[in-house]
Amino acid sequence: MKKFMALGMTAVLSMSLLAGCGGNNNNEASGSDAKPSSSAASGSTGAKQKFAIIFKNTGNPYGEKEMEGFKKAIEESGDEAILKAPDQPTAEAQIQMIEELISQKVDSIAVVGNDPDALQPALKKAMNAGIKVLSLDSAVNADSRMVHINQADPERIGRTLIQGVSEMIGGEGEIAILSATSQATNQNTWIEWMKKELEDSKYANVKLVKVAYGDDLRDKSVSETEALLKSYPNLKGIIAPTTVGIAAAGKVLTDKGLKGKVMLTGLGLPSEMAEYIESGVSPWMYLWNPIDVGYLAGYAAEALVDGTITGAIGEKFTAGTLGEKEIIADGDGTQVMLGDPFKFDSSNIAEWKSVY
Amino acid sequence: MSMNNKGGSPAPTATNAAATAGASGAPGPAGRPTATPAPAAAPKASLSANIAKFRELGLLAFIVILAIGVQLRNPSFLTWENLNDIATNTAILSILAVGMMLVIITRGIDLSIGATLALAGMSAALTVKEYPGLSPLVAVLLGVGIGIVCGAVLGFLVAKINILPIIATLGMMNVFRGLTYELSGGKWVSAHQMPDSFKAIATGKVLGLNNLIVIAVVIYIVAYYFVNHTRTGRQIYAVGSNPDSAEVSGIKSGRILWLVYTIMGGLAGLAGVLWVAKFASAQGDTASGYELSVIAACVLGGVSIAGGSGKISGIILGSVLLGILNNALPMINVSPFWQNFIQGMIILIAVLINAVVKRGIDRNNLMRRRI
Repeated sequence: MKKFMALGMTAVLSMSLLAGCGGNNNNEASGSDAKPSSSAASGSTGAKQKFAIIFKNTGNPYGEKEMEGFKKAIEESGDEAILKAPDQPTAEAQIQMIEELISQKVDSIAVVGNDPDALQPALKKAMNAGIKVLSLDSAVNADSRMVHINQADPERIGRTLIQGVSEMIGGEGEIAILSATSQATNQNTWIEWMKKELEDSKYANVKLVKVAYGDDLRDKSVSETEALLKSYPNLKGIIAPTTVGIAAAGKVLTDKGLKGKVMLTGLGLPSEMAEYIESGVSPWMYLWNPIDVGYLAGYAAEALVDGTITGAIGEKFTAGTLGEKEIIADGDGTQVMLGDPFKFDSSNIAEWKSVY
Repeated sequence: MSMNNKGGSPAPTATNAAATAGASGAPGPAGRPTATPAPAAAPKASLSANIAKFRELGLLAFIVILAIGVQLRNPSFLTWENLNDIATNTAILSILAVGMMLVIITRGIDLSIGATLALAGMSAALTVKEYPGLSPLVAVLLGVGIGIVCGAVLGFLVAKINILPIIATLGMMNVFRGLTYELSGGKWVSAHQMPDSFKAIATGKVLGLNNLIVIAVVIYIVAYYFVNHTRTGRQIYAVGSNPDSAEVSGIKSGRILWLVYTIMGGLAGLAGVLWVAKFASAQGDTASGYELSVIAACVLGGVSIAGGSGKISGIILGSVLLGILNNALPMINVSPFWQNFIQGMIILIAVLINAVVKRGIDRNNLMRRRI
């Protein structure tokens, strides 16, 4: 019996060891692009400058694209990109990575913040060490960054979505919004702008009947969509400014044969939405291009490091193929806007569905 | 065997109590020959015993009242289309609840099913993505197979190495979830990458009923027969209500434990394929946290976390109640903040009723022994 126990314990221990290994591997994999290059760089004289980017977490196709764009911009300038992302989307994990990067003496850190405030001490420490810090996509507070790269203008997103749905339903009828959680900052800002756009007299016949929250869960989003359809039988359009929500709504409309009767638009991943855009359930939808977000962040980082910009309002820099960009105010801080959201419809979805 | 006794006990208690109540309470009202006072007095004397006997009926009554209330606020609630939607959306939950009931009966818990579901679903989705010509049946079998392997590993940890179920399943939950991410490389499998035949698993119909509903009903019938009419099925209850006596009476409890976790895994695997087919999308974080809904459905259905008791009819009602809540709360315009609150309160109330009833049964049994 004792022998068996010992055997059991050994098994458990070795399993936990294995599990630990697995975790490490995962971590390595996320930074695999960076590790070999950075170790090589520390050996050399270090002529190349090092630009780091930290995404929210690993295994996010959207994040992979963002980091890809960043890497592209940095390599176009002949420098080195260090791509990092923690296993879990927590601020603690990102702080640890920032500390590591400070001791590696990188030239710049771009971060997609998991928390607007929690990263402040670490990022300030980085800036004090002479490292140029910027945030992209999900901002950190104005004190912890020099400039923020905004994926798309919240005002433009909100207004564009209303213009889109209004065009789809012919300028009159009931519409509803299927959002993520009721606390989601991004979505709530966009919804505010949607409501402002609706105040315009040309939308006098467009009526927003409800904002439903699918919590970015498949099953809940489906239930909420079904409830919308039943509670508002005259519903003509649904705006879902969230990837899970819009795909779930697309599936419900497809299964219920409501194509052409209820129009769907919003913000979604092209790969998730390809089926519904090709079938016509959603005539078109929008999203920014994550590659461009990363790409713009890459050029902004380069400009910060070579001194073209300092992060002050009114400064301009050239962002590769994106052309000239200007820094504008954003609350207490400053930001660079990528521009209008990108429109995905039946003409370009085939090309984009394999991208992300 | 011990369960047979336990399950049967409320019935004799009720009649006993009714008989004594009838005898002692008779002098009060006149007209003894007509024997009307007996039925009048009986529910009073053995109320708790009656509730115990018809606990499912109480839950059913609650569901009916809830349905009427919702119907008054939104007339499109009790329509064929909506009922069909509720049943379809609840099918996956209720399939998982069958397995979870078996696990909980043995005093265990399985927190890994959301992850098992995701792993099996992702594997099936990746397979049909690579081989679109594959029969959907193969995809289902693959999912079930993966689930069974996951469950068997868990069963081994719990039954043979004696790791506490909550620890073992918590650990494996992360392992399975990690494997899912590893397998998919963090990418999603989307609707356009799945062949229509695969998506038809969840949209096809048999006799006007969605496949998911049919599959769930078949599983219920099989499970009902299994737990009530087979030796192994009864042994599951024996192991849960008293592991020591089960062991003494020659039941190989290790094997039973292994079996329940394997069944649970298989059902989770099946549910994974159905889930992915239904939503036409497989993500790494599919059904994350879904195990808690499943456990809630079991608890609502009267499955005791302490083990040893639980009925198929109960978990059907528990799942249906959760399904109705998920469907109805959005329809009656409850604010999203209150939705969680209301769900939690209903679960708590159900558990409280369960505890009160259980105390009632125990007291009745005690009284019977004294008499």
